[in-house]
Amino acid sequence: MEDLDAIVQEALSAFAGIDDPDKLEQAKARYLGKSGALTGLLKGLAKLPAGERPAFGARVNDAKERLEIALREQRERIQGAKLEARLEEEALDVTLPGRGLGIGGVHPVTRTMERIETLFRSMGFAVADGPEIETDYYNFTALNQPENHPARSMHDTFYLADGKHLLRTHTSPIQIRYLEQHRPPIKIVAPGRVYRHDYDATHSPMFHQIEGLWVDERITFADLKGVLIAFLRLFFERDDVKVRFRPSFFPFTEPSAEIDMSFGEGWLEMGGAGMVHPNVLKNVAIDSERYQGFAFGLGPDRLTMLRYGVNDLRLFFENDLRFLKQFN
Amino acid sequence: MKLSENWLRTLINPPLSTRELADMLTMGGVEVELIEPAAAAFDKVVVGEVLKVERHPDADRLTVCQVSTGGEPLTIVCGAPNVTPGTKVPTALAGARLPGAAIKVASVRGVESHGMLCSAKDLGLAETAEGLLVLHGDARVGSDVRQVLELDDQLLTLKPTPNRGDCLSLVGVAREVAAVTGAALALPRIEPVPATIADRLAFELVAPDACPRYCGRIVRGVNPSAPTPERITRRLARSGIRPISVLVDITNYVMLELGQPLHAFDAGSLEGGIRVRYAAPGERLTLLNGETPALDQRFLVIADERKAVALAGVMGGLDTAVGDATRDVFLESAFFAPEVIAGKPRLLGFGSESAHRFERGVDFAGTAAALERATRLVLEICGGTAGPVAEARAALPAREPVRLRLARAESLLGIRIEPARAAEILRRLRFEFREGDGGFQVTPPSYRFDIAIEEDLVEEIARIHGYDKIPAAMPAAPAEMLPAPETRRDAASIRRLLAARDYQEIVSYSFVDSEWERDLAGNAAPIALANPIVSQMSVMRSSLAGGLIHCLAYNVSRKQTRVRLFEIGRCFLQGQGAEYAQPVRVGGIAYGGALHEQWGSAGRNVDFHDVKGDVEALLAPLAAQFEPHPHPALHPGKCARLLCDNMPVGWIGELHPRWQRKYDLPFAPVLFELESDFVSGRRVPAYTEISKIQPIRRDLAVILDANVSYQGAIDVLRRNKPAIVSEIGLFDVYRGVSVGKGKKSLAFSVLFQDTRKTLTDAEVEAAVARLMQVLEQEFGAKLR
Repeated sequence: MEDLDAIVQEALSAFAGIDDPDKLEQAKARYLGKSGALTGLLKGLAKLPAGERPAFGARVNDAKERLEIALREQRERIQGAKLEARLEEEALDVTLPGRGLGIGGVHPVTRTMERIETLFRSMGFAVADGPEIETDYYNFTALNQPENHPARSMHDTFYLADGKHLLRTHTSPIQIRYLEQHRPPIKIVAPGRVYRHDYDATHSPMFHQIEGLWVDERITFADLKGVLIAFLRLFFERDDVKVRFRPSFFPFTEPSAEIDMSFGEGWLEMGGAGMVHPNVLKNVAIDSERYQGFAFGLGPDRLTMLRYGVNDLRLFFENDLRFLKQFN
Repeated sequence: MKLSENWLRTLINPPLSTRELADMLTMGGVEVELIEPAAAAFDKVVVGEVLKVERHPDADRLTVCQVSTGGEPLTIVCGAPNVTPGTKVPTALAGARLPGAAIKVASVRGVESHGMLCSAKDLGLAETAEGLLVLHGDARVGSDVRQVLELDDQLLTLKPTPNRGDCLSLVGVAREVAAVTGAALALPRIEPVPATIADRLAFELVAPDACPRYCGRIVRGVNPSAPTPERITRRLARSGIRPISVLVDITNYVMLELGQPLHAFDAGSLEGGIRVRYAAPGERLTLLNGETPALDQRFLVIADERKAVALAGVMGGLDTAVGDATRDVFLESAFFAPEVIAGKPRLLGFGSESAHRFERGVDFAGTAAALERATRLVLEICGGTAGPVAEARAALPAREPVRLRLARAESLLGIRIEPARAAEILRRLRFEFREGDGGFQVTPPSYRFDIAIEEDLVEEIARIHGYDKIPAAMPAAPAEMLPAPETRRDAASIRRLLAARDYQEIVSYSFVDSEWERDLAGNAAPIALANPIVSQMSVMRSSLAGGLIHCLAYNVSRKQTRVRLFEIGRCFLQGQGAEYAQPVRVGGIAYGGALHEQWGSAGRNVDFHDVKGDVEALLAPLAAQFEPHPHPALHPGKCARLLCDNMPVGWIGELHPRWQRKYDLPFAPVLFELESDFVSGRRVPAYTEISKIQPIRRDLAVILDANVSYQGAIDVLRRNKPAIVSEIGLFDVYRGVSVGKGKKSLAFSVLFQDTRKTLTDAEVEAAVARLMQVLEQEFGAKLR
């Protein structure tokens, strides 16, 4: 009996000391192999009195099982240690930078125009577009601004050498083009480039506008206020944006308003708006007694400057990568 | 328009601070752009009378003066050249704080000085000064100079919108203040000046539509050199109008006050009566500003019997201008139709205060009153005797009643305006009206040129009521879904795709240098601007290439070594007939390393095929044909155009070495430009069944003549491939000695698949042999 315990103890400590898989298999043979120590004990079973045999047999089998478990565990330990060593060897400097192409980005003003489009789309506004070389008719006349109207001097216009065309001074011609093709209800925003003959620290001869138009049976000035205030709050993601509507004049809206915004100190002009002038509706054969609505024009360049703290409009058109990359 | 607040408050004086008053005007629609003090702050400066002036004992340039400021005379050392006994000058007392100095009793070269005699510059009233500011002899000794010179005043810069010509005068602004505040308005009383002589000129209105009212009168025996009263020069100066000479100052003053531009002719230079007519073609007239514009029938002139003497509503002529020798004046006050004056400043290249007002509309009911006002001032200041007011008249603009329905106002504004409130607002606006039938019949006053339709009245009601009283509402409209066509993608997703491939978006000017157009787009006749800002921005771009290269060069000159840019924008092309084609294009440029400098990857510069890969990814799953095609901007051997259904949809290539040198680029960039319409096209996916059988791959390397293009080879293979060939890919291109001179090797991977059964080796081998045979027949290819 002491033999059995001693053998088990000896085997267990032998297994535990081996870290080579082959040697472990050899040790296994020494104890559990055909001529192994434990097998030898089992062979001696026959010599025992019949009454002791079952108990002894059971003990030997237990011992055998213990050794098998110990072996399995030791095998796993050896494998585990081996894997660990390999993994350690394979370890990378994960702090090295990644490889491959970098990532570009969109222009900050485009980013703003996309955000504006997204906000208005969520309210069901479709996005419209129009040409940048325009005729006098679409840019002025159809917008209730006949030739020599003093309001035209508000826009320093670029004319083409052909004497017939101009570069649109605002996105409002899209209103006319869209209204010519569609009947109310009409609900669009129209972003794009516009051009004015003005070039200094705060003016670029090319800049951006986004036009909005909603014509239906009951669209009111109060609605205009609601929509634009909601827009400005969502655009700036601030509830403390103060917005005021100041009476103004645009030939194509009546009543007209200037939209001013404030973050607490001073008012900033954000754009113009108003109720679509009946003459504009008349020009596109829409009954102004039945349909009415609002139009607005916002300056995405200005919105971008305020949103991201850009202090010079000209940066948008210089396209210095050190500037542009800040918005990626 | 700039206006003294003090002057304004002589007509209307609401209990409001300057700021509050300005805010109310702004929120009523007449924006106050700027409030500035008439003079810088200073104190303890009084009127001093110089009693005695003696040489300073120790300094040649200084004098020692005795100055009375009411009490004991003060001893003051002075350095001004014009200090004279008997004159009254601003005297800063000890303790005074001036804009640039603090005054205390001090010894000046041994003489104790008890103050300082001041120039206009010392008081901050002028940039420079020659000597002391000499005050009017009437100024009371000891009184505060700020009061004497009325310096405690604010200047309001107003920016009336173009429809509000009526606000371009003191009276007009006062009326507006009355409307927005409800304060009582005291308009100036203008008494007619009776004629004391009978002299008058005959008027003939040759163009009565353009000038339906012309008033004028002769004043004889005036002194044209009388000094203009300080009150007038001060008010003119505070409105930014330079005092010139008394007669001109008076006409300007009345224009500022009443809004009616006037003109004073030297009556002695006029010959015969006045004719208001259109200019003859080529007629010339030298104006007060020295310009001699060539006139034509679009310009209205005031003429005497011989020639034009003034450009009506714009500027007087030089020959008949009042001057020092003028004894008799002819004062003109007329109404010129806005549409006749409008646009003329633009044609002439210069404007005037007068034209600015006539363009916007001048009160045609106030023509004669302004003349009376000016006559009185002339007589008071310059003396003389006045003739009668002569007038010629035709049909004046009509002021038809305009209907205002309160229901319509409510429907437009989204807020109900009570009838009593509406009536109050109309009264404040001094509009004549009749109430009844759920609204009003409103007749706008003669000075309002912007009230023609009901909506104009709705705006008037709304702005006086206050836009801020209109609530912000969210419109209730039937919910509708917007279409989202799957066959188009929007610019945003194209931008994201390019950005993901390491391109940075730029926005460049649509107008470019004509040289870029010639060099890079082969466009010798670009669409030109009539009035460019600068010659480098004088033509419309027909390609995005110029802007991309310019922007690349800009960044390269700022030490960027790897640049990848794109732009989406319109290009402008001569189209069919009168219209221009304005397609939106997507353009890109890649320069420098294929990858940004990094560890573990060998650096190499981006090349044609890198960028072609970007273009293909951008178009995928659409595929365009690339075919060799020359482009003026590009290297002739490294450029291609893209075709889709045989229509050109873009181009790609490496910049021509000539332009690379010219635009100073160390490496050649690769550019592309695509039609956005094509790039935006999508197809709706349609499922085809996936085979359950594994495909078989065979590689096929062939040797071909070097001039056989990949496209040529693959087209032939695809056209002739056996049905079991499902895909042919290219995995290697090789040129070198082992394949022979003038030859190249292409290695294709071929996938074989049958949807129903597993292929046998024999079937696959036969198909490979067939492909090889096709290449052999077509190109004399050999198996490698």
